[in-house]
This record gives sequence, structure tokens and C-alpha cells, in this order.
Amino acid sequence: MNIHEYQGKEILKRYGVRIQEGIVAESPEKAVEAAKQIMAQTNSKFVVVKSQIHAGGRGKGKVQGSEQRGVALAKSVEDVRTIATNLIGNVLVTHQTGPEGKKVSKVLVAQDVFYPGDSEPKELYMSILLDRANACNVIMASTEGGMDIEEVAEHSPEKIIKEWINPAVGLQPFQARKIAFALGLTGEAFKEMVKFVTSLYKAYVDSDASMFEINPVLKTSDNKILAVDAKVNLDDNALYRHPDLANLRDITEEDPLEVEASANDLNYVKLDGNVGCMVNGAGLAMATMDIIKLSGGEPANFLDVGGGANAKTVEAGFRIILKDPNVKAILINIFGGIVRCDRVATGVVEAYKAIGDIPIPIIVRLQGTNAEEGARIIDESGLKVYSAVQLKEAAEKVKQVLSAM
Amino acid sequence: MSVLVNKDSKVIVQGFTGSEGSFHAQQMIEYGTNVVGGVTPGKGGQTHLDRPVFNTVKDAVDTTGADVSIIFVPPAFAADAIMEAADAGIKVIICITEGIPTADMVTAKSYLQGKDVRLIGPNCPGVMTAEECKVGIMPGFIFKKGTIGIVSKSGTLTYEAVDQLSKVGLGQTTAIGIGGDPIIGTTTREAVELLMNDPETEAIVMIGEIGGGMEAEAARWIKADGNRKPVVGFIAGQTAPKGRRMGHAGAIVGGADDTAAAKMKIMSECGIFVVDSPALIGETMLKALGK
Repeated sequence: MNIHEYQGKEILKRYGVRIQEGIVAESPEKAVEAAKQIMAQTNSKFVVVKSQIHAGGRGKGKVQGSEQRGVALAKSVEDVRTIATNLIGNVLVTHQTGPEGKKVSKVLVAQDVFYPGDSEPKELYMSILLDRANACNVIMASTEGGMDIEEVAEHSPEKIIKEWINPAVGLQPFQARKIAFALGLTGEAFKEMVKFVTSLYKAYVDSDASMFEINPVLKTSDNKILAVDAKVNLDDNALYRHPDLANLRDITEEDPLEVEASANDLNYVKLDGNVGCMVNGAGLAMATMDIIKLSGGEPANFLDVGGGANAKTVEAGFRIILKDPNVKAILINIFGGIVRCDRVATGVVEAYKAIGDIPIPIIVRLQGTNAEEGARIIDESGLKVYSAVQLKEAAEKVKQVLSAM
Repeated sequence: MSVLVNKDSKVIVQGFTGSEGSFHAQQMIEYGTNVVGGVTPGKGGQTHLDRPVFNTVKDAVDTTGADVSIIFVPPAFAADAIMEAADAGIKVIICITEGIPTADMVTAKSYLQGKDVRLIGPNCPGVMTAEECKVGIMPGFIFKKGTIGIVSKSGTLTYEAVDQLSKVGLGQTTAIGIGGDPIIGTTTREAVELLMNDPETEAIVMIGEIGGGMEAEAARWIKADGNRKPVVGFIAGQTAPKGRRMGHAGAIVGGADDTAAAKMKIMSECGIFVVDSPALIGETMLKALGK
């Protein structure tokens, strides 16, 4: 589960990680109020206004139809009002949102951390994530802060420091020191960084996160180390033991069809294609999407109905797929292992009748236990449904249906 | 011969008296698997499906001599169940449970290090040695005894592959469902290696999906090992978008290396018969075997 920057920073702060302080606001008026408060606290006329959406690249991204960037420095209260008005309620397009962009409903009004001082500010990078191959967490850090880490990895991999954490003992002090030294820090900044890494790792473990990315981590002109941004991803499987974190879910950031599907215990991901699909099992669902593509179509979704494909789940699946106006055909692909194909077929027929007339062709491929019986039920239902038993047949039927359009 | 489980395996079921555990234990018994008992803490001393229930895995092992365990306990307790089985001396642990927190699996996998035990899964359909022993949730009737081994991250896609093989007249030795989570006990490479070293297995089907680097690692190993047996490969998720989790917790494209296209390219370069369509697994295996 993804959360917003301001929510991620709240988690960090609870663990003693120093952050760029800020106040979240849902209207330009509230943003102005927040700015006044921060300006008074920091004794500065500058604040940063940051749009809060679940996507990166906000600083370079622009609001649709304007030149307003997703993250902007305000040099006065009036500036704050202008920027917040430009952002809130409008759609921000970044390289991660795709051309359709994401609607901004909140901004974070944050302190300006690039204040002048005795030493040069320096942007660094830090992330914590799971290393699947080594089955442990890894802390990655770099002196190249503020840049896309994938680019750093490609062009100057030697600038990425990695420290693997032994799961049996956790992060050790020498590892935190190693990272701080490798980042070229000395004196007060070094001590701050050791504390930063240690607190950050504790926050990661305690919140069952699957990724923390802090880019940039800033060494300020007075040698403090703080998180200017926070990209936090939490392990969905562990949310049951963190009800407070589960509450951070912002469903307005998710596709409404995906929200509806998850309420029906269906695993659905909306895609851009023209052929919908409904499958039992995640691997077979992905493979079915691939078959649609190979048959000349584009998959409109991923949908795993799980082990219990019955009339109720099939109906919910149909309704969700049919809400997508791009869908021109639906392929149902069920391999009945424990679940019996005749039951699934009956479920399909019942769901079809419950919905009424479905205006697009449906191909039902049932294989496994009682497959022939399932095909017979489909064929004799009188519905405009094509049945198939072999996967190859199903692919050919999809091709036929698409070429008839 | 076969790998991991056979007719001599003595199997216990952890989470024996729960609904999933009961249902699948019954199915396993009907297939002919030697289920010697089960474990449900607090229900020790009872009898379930005509078999003894134990409080701990250690009690079960001491009394029955069990060497294989299958786990159906809920996600919150599953990593603990894995460690308990390893501690009690079980040699092959098969964890079906889906939805275990990743941090718990990191701990469990670390706990298993250095112990003489193999974990399969979690989030997997189990292991099936055709017409001998089923330790999992795979539908038994699609399997036929033969010479093809299967390694797969996915459940129903495994059934698809097995069904196609059986229909073209190719039976199976053992099908290993390794699981779709980011942290799993046995990797694709390790499962392939087991089958390469099994004298009865003539050829291998290797089914992967987007996310992680296990298929590439397995492909490179197959090549380095001299392509001793033909391998037919498929990667699900050629049409999956970047950054979206496709059902399985581990099925997410992170960078350029873990896309289906990147994996299929490496697999082809390593001499694997890669199919674009999952509908072609059976017939491609026939060709690979020169039949």
C-alpha cells in the first residue's frame, strides 16, 4: 500500500527521524494559514508547496493546461495562495502518472530547508527495501541525491552504497557508521547521519514497510540531516497488525473499479485494452492477458476470482468489467481443479441472467473437473456465449470475435 | 524415482482440523498419500480423519516418524509453523498459506539456514509426484505418471501445463509449485536442479512470472550445467504494466530486468524452448523431445 509524503513523514518523525517540517492543507485558505505558522516558526519568508499524490516526479511535473509545477517554492504568503490555488482540485501530470495525470486534493506546506548557513547544503539519497535474492533488507545510499536512482545505477553504479542487514541481528551500529562515512560526512553531520540511518531502519521494520525511499536526504547548511521527501510503501500482508497504518489508505488515489473489486474480494487491476478477462489464479490470469494480446487484442484488466469461482463472484466480476467502456469482449478462463466446471458454468449463466442482456461477446473456457459438462451448460443456455475447452480454442475464438468487429 | 515426495513419504498436516486443512488432507488421503497425522495446538489427543492430532510438530514426529509437513495455518501464524516444523526435524516443509507478511518470511528463511531442511512455498499449490504422492492442493486427476518434471510459481497455470502434457501423451514425474511470494524457500534454480538430477525425469517445464530474477538465474544455471535435459519455458505477464502487483505479492515489474520479455530473452539465449503462448506448452515439449 502506498501512502502520501506527509503520512510517511509522520511515521518517520515518530521514530525520531528528522524531517522537513510541514502542515498538510486541503484548501488555498488552509495552505495560507499553514504557511503563516511555518514562516513564524522558521523565521523565514520562504515555504515550499508540495502537491500530495501517489506518484513521483512531482517537482518536474506540471498541472494540466498550465505551467504550474507540482512542487514550488513560495516567497510570500501571496505566492502560497497562488500556488495552492493552481494545484488543489487540478490534475498534475508527471512521468509516473501517465498522460491522464492525478488530481491533487491536498498540498503539504513545508519549511524551506535550503536556508543559508556556514556549510554548503548537500543532497543525498537513501532507501530501504527487500532484496529478494538475498532474502533480507538492504539499505541503499548515494551522494547523488535528488536524482532518479535508476539513472545513477545505470551511469555510475559505483556511487551507490549497499548495506545488507542480517535478519537475525538487525542493523548494527558499524553498518550505520559505514554508510555515514561512505557518504563523505564528518563531524556533526556524521553523527546526525548515524542517528538518521538507525532511526529510519527502526521505522521501516516496525511499520512492516516494503520500501522507504528518501530522496533527497538533506545535509543542511548547519549540518543537520533530514528527510525532505518520503516515499513509503507498506506490506499489504502485514497491515492486519497495524490498524493505524491501514487507516492511511487514500482510496481517492485508487481506480474506483479497483476499489469496488477489492470490496468484493476480487483481485483486479485496470488496464487500457479492449478485451476483459476473468480467471482463477494469478499466474493463469497473467497468462490469459498474454493470450489476448497474442490473439490480436489488448487486455482491459487483470482479474483473479480466486479459488471459489461461483455465481456471486462471477457476477461481481462481470459488473466490474462491464463498467469499463473500452471493453469489447470478455474471456473467462477457469481451470477447475478443486472447483468444478459445471458449477462455474451454472454461475456464469446465473450471473449473465442477473445482469440482463450483455451487449458484448463472451468466451468461456472451462477446463478441468467436469469440463465437458460445463461446456454443455454454456452451449445449451441459449445465451450469446461461446464455449471452449482447450486454451488454444479459446485463443482462436478471441481472434474470431475481434476480427468480426 | 522422483523428487521431494514419494510413496514412502510420511506426511503430517499443520492446521489439520481447520476447514482448508481438513478438506485438502482428505483429498491427499484419497490420492493415496501416506498422511500419518496432523497438528493443531490444543487439540492433541483427538482423532481427525481417522488419524491422530498432536499439539506440537515434535510430538507428531516422535510418534509417527513423519518427514514431510504441509502447512495450512492462517498467514499470521504460518512463519511460526514453518520454524516449528524445521525445529522438529521435518525434512520437507510445504507451505500453502497465502498472505504471510514478508518480514515474517525473512525471519523464517533466516531460521532455516544451515538446517537440513527444504521449504517449498509459501503461497504455492504444493508438490505432486504423479500417481504416488500428493502434498498440496493440485487436482490429482490431471496427472499421469511419466517423465516430465514441472517447476512453477503459479497454481492454475501449473495445472494448465500438466493437463496439456497429459493430453499429448506425456506423463509427469514431479510437479513442484514453488510459490508466488517475494521470499520463497526453494528458488526456480534449486527446483530445476532437483529435477535435472532425477534420473527418471527426461525433460522439464519451467513456468515463471514477472518480478525478481529467479528465472534468469535458473536459465544461466541450466546453460552452465550443459543443458543436460530439454527445458520448455514460459513467463506469465508479458502484458503486465510496470509497478503494479499482479495478484501474487512477488509479481511486480520493478526494473528492466524482471519483465517477461527480459526473462524470456535470457531463457532463449540459455537454450530453453521458450513459448510465447501458454497454450503451446504441451506441443512444444513434444518437439523438444523430438517426438
